[in-house]
Amino acid sequence: MLLEYFQMIDRIIAVNDDVTELSAQSTVPEKSPVFEGHFPGMPLVPGVLLIETMAQASGFLVMTKTGFKLMTFLVGVKQGKLRTFVEPGTPLDITATLEHDGSGFAVTKAAIKSEGKNICDASLTFKTLDFPDAKFAKMIADRAAELGLPSQFLPK
Amino acid sequence: MSTFDKVADIISDTSEIPREEIKPDSHTIDDLGIDSLDFLDIVFAIDKEFGIKIPMEAWTEKVNNGEAATEDYFVMKNLCTRIDELAAAKA
Repeated sequence: MLLEYFQMIDRIIAVNDDVTELSAQSTVPEKSPVFEGHFPGMPLVPGVLLIETMAQASGFLVMTKTGFKLMTFLVGVKQGKLRTFVEPGTPLDITATLEHDGSGFAVTKAAIKSEGKNICDASLTFKTLDFPDAKFAKMIADRAAELGLPSQFLPK
Repeated sequence: MSTFDKVADIISDTSEIPREEIKPDSHTIDDLGIDSLDFLDIVFAIDKEFGIKIPMEAWTEKVNNGEAATEDYFVMKNLCTRIDELAAAKA
């Protein structure tokens, strides 16, 4: 997890067969420039980055569902609840569930837990659009592969 | 409850447009002023309510290509007709 580079997911752990659920893991780094400002002497992961973490897990789920033919853009956050502080070194278990696969959009429910304790959850809405070009699409799929997305879900 | 009443309730709940302002001849964009983001929420709610998948991308493409007018899809009474057609096709 590199907060300052928006690399929020360390590993994709599993995707179910019909590509409606994805689980992932990350560990909050001990040090990050983000913690220098949020907050000096009291480092906490900003809530917006927890939302971003859920959005990235959801994005990988939706893009996997489309065979990496469409890219996801977060456009809505509903019922977002940030339930507790998240400190450096915290292990995160992230889940994303596809709530609706619409025409040009998708809705997920996502959550983060740490050692069984609820950290945050939200309903997220995404627009789905074509990738800007094939090279960009490959870069995203390659990143998913690096994170451990099983090969049967990757573009051939 | 009619399709119109269900859709009007969804729009009113989602966009805070007063229910009484939503008429069969209302254009959801031009008259009711629903923006694209609210429309996503409305389509999501309609898809769930009727168990369908409104083909928004295909409709938008037809409008952009001049094959259809926005009124064909986005005036309330026409939207409800399309929803009924999609629900019937799925049944």
